[in-house]
Amino acid sequence: MAKILVLAEHDEGQLKLATLSAMGFAHEVCADAGGSYDVLILGEGISAAVELLRGYGAASVLVADHAALKDPLADKYARVIDEVARVQNATMVVGAASTFSKDVLPRAAALLDAGMISDVNDVRSDGNDFIFKRIMFAGNVIATVKLDGALKFLTVRSAAFAPPPKVAGTSPITSVAVDAGKLPSQIEYVGREAKVAGRPDSTEARVVVSGGRAIKNAEDFEQLIGGLADVLGGAVGSSRALVDSGITPNSLQVGQTGKIVAPDLYIAVGISGAIQHMAGMKDTKVIVAINKDAEAPIFEIADYGLVGDVYQIVPELMEKLKK
Amino acid sequence: MKILVPLKRVPDPDTKIRLKTDGSSVDWDGVKFAINPFDAIALEEALRIEESQGEIDIVVVSIGGDECTEQLRAGLAMAADRALLIRAEPDLDPLAIAKIFVAVYKLEKPDFVLMGKQAIDDDSNQVGQMLAALLGIGQATFVSKLELLDNNTRACCGRETDAGIETVVVKLPAIITTDLRLNEPRYVSLPGIMKAKKKPLEEITVADLGVTVASRTKVLALEPPPKRKAGVRVKTVDELVDKLKNEAKVI
Repeated sequence: MAKILVLAEHDEGQLKLATLSAMGFAHEVCADAGGSYDVLILGEGISAAVELLRGYGAASVLVADHAALKDPLADKYARVIDEVARVQNATMVVGAASTFSKDVLPRAAALLDAGMISDVNDVRSDGNDFIFKRIMFAGNVIATVKLDGALKFLTVRSAAFAPPPKVAGTSPITSVAVDAGKLPSQIEYVGREAKVAGRPDSTEARVVVSGGRAIKNAEDFEQLIGGLADVLGGAVGSSRALVDSGITPNSLQVGQTGKIVAPDLYIAVGISGAIQHMAGMKDTKVIVAINKDAEAPIFEIADYGLVGDVYQIVPELMEKLKK
Repeated sequence: MKILVPLKRVPDPDTKIRLKTDGSSVDWDGVKFAINPFDAIALEEALRIEESQGEIDIVVVSIGGDECTEQLRAGLAMAADRALLIRAEPDLDPLAIAKIFVAVYKLEKPDFVLMGKQAIDDDSNQVGQMLAALLGIGQATFVSKLELLDNNTRACCGRETDAGIETVVVKLPAIITTDLRLNEPRYVSLPGIMKAKKKPLEEITVADLGVTVASRTKVLALEPPPKRKAGVRVKTVDELVDKLKNEAKVI
């Protein structure tokens, strides 16, 4: 029987949707192998996120709400996760494969002497244990793996697991006592670069419009890529080439070394499709490529390819989508 | 001051990974190897700290067999001072590797550890965080900006998170894991290679370190990812809009 603890993630109180995929993973495992799952959320001023988490059939929502946990610092968070996992007798601790989980969960795993598998995209039960699939080599290899031990830590790719079904009724809330004096304080939070307002995050959006080398400067990026994203209510992304040339900020990069996105629609504008970029977006449902180079590798994975100059095609596309 | 920089031997990032037909392992035939790119960034950062602060003992360490001396020598050629090879069985999982590094850390007593945020072969992104936990010290992961403060007792780190760049200050000693944009590693110069030949490369076994480790992760099979079906080329914007609306139904 699985007893799964799902680590919820939020951004200053707003629930990150990838959390629902991690809950979907837990739901899938429990439906298959029996057992139940709880959700743990840490932070301060997180009641809105807590309410959202209660609608999906978790056995309970464990809430560690404390001023000491206001910022997501790995030393403090890992210690709380460690304690909760012990109290709950968890057999798995699961988070979405995000920078947050990747910072915090391996630290908690080591505190509990538990092994960990990153970037899981499939699970099946195998007698008393589980067999996982995970992504390696920048998405070029899928490994089938087992992990020994009574407690396993995992991060899961959100594209691979649908949110659990909504249920009638709400999961009970259990408050987690936090003794701030006993938490480590080796890391001090200073702040975060202000987010570009107005557009959704590319890891959460249903539509992502991404620009590559064909875009010549930041103004053109805003006008063409930002403009098209706004028409579609989507997020913007960028290839590494534009980040390296200073046209786009780091936070927009999609790829192995940037963000992993899996929207319903990904429009690659003037992106050739280097392996590094494709590792970050190939789980998208529908890929559109617009590029003047008919031989660009992106066309090999695009559902719809249009060969041409992005400076002509994108304005026309915006015009026609507005109609 | 002493900085410990772990270097992992990985396939060259430009190599196309092929699998053996039975899916039992990667076909390593003819594959070039390199220092894990994120680890090379960590070493470059240690060297830049040395260049700005004066003499620092920079120790590169790798876990594996004879073949890893190639990457350790490359690290020495970049200008590390000393190399340490920890002889161990291949394919240890991140927790086992972290436990070995705990022993190395206790042996070397560095002021901090600079290492790649992940290795580009297994992409696990776990060892630094696990090592910090086992040592009970702080961590700053995915660091793209690093500044030492207060007589090297603290480090101000810019971290590349999904939500943008976050700044934290971590007490030293700590584990700092490096992201792509921290710096661009230098090329190895010929004089560097010549000098590296004279630098010490010590060897020690995991047993000598007093550590017993075993991987809990067992790889059962490897397979290529499912191929996306070949798409269609559209000729006009009108046709594209029509397909997205009526065929794919995504807008």
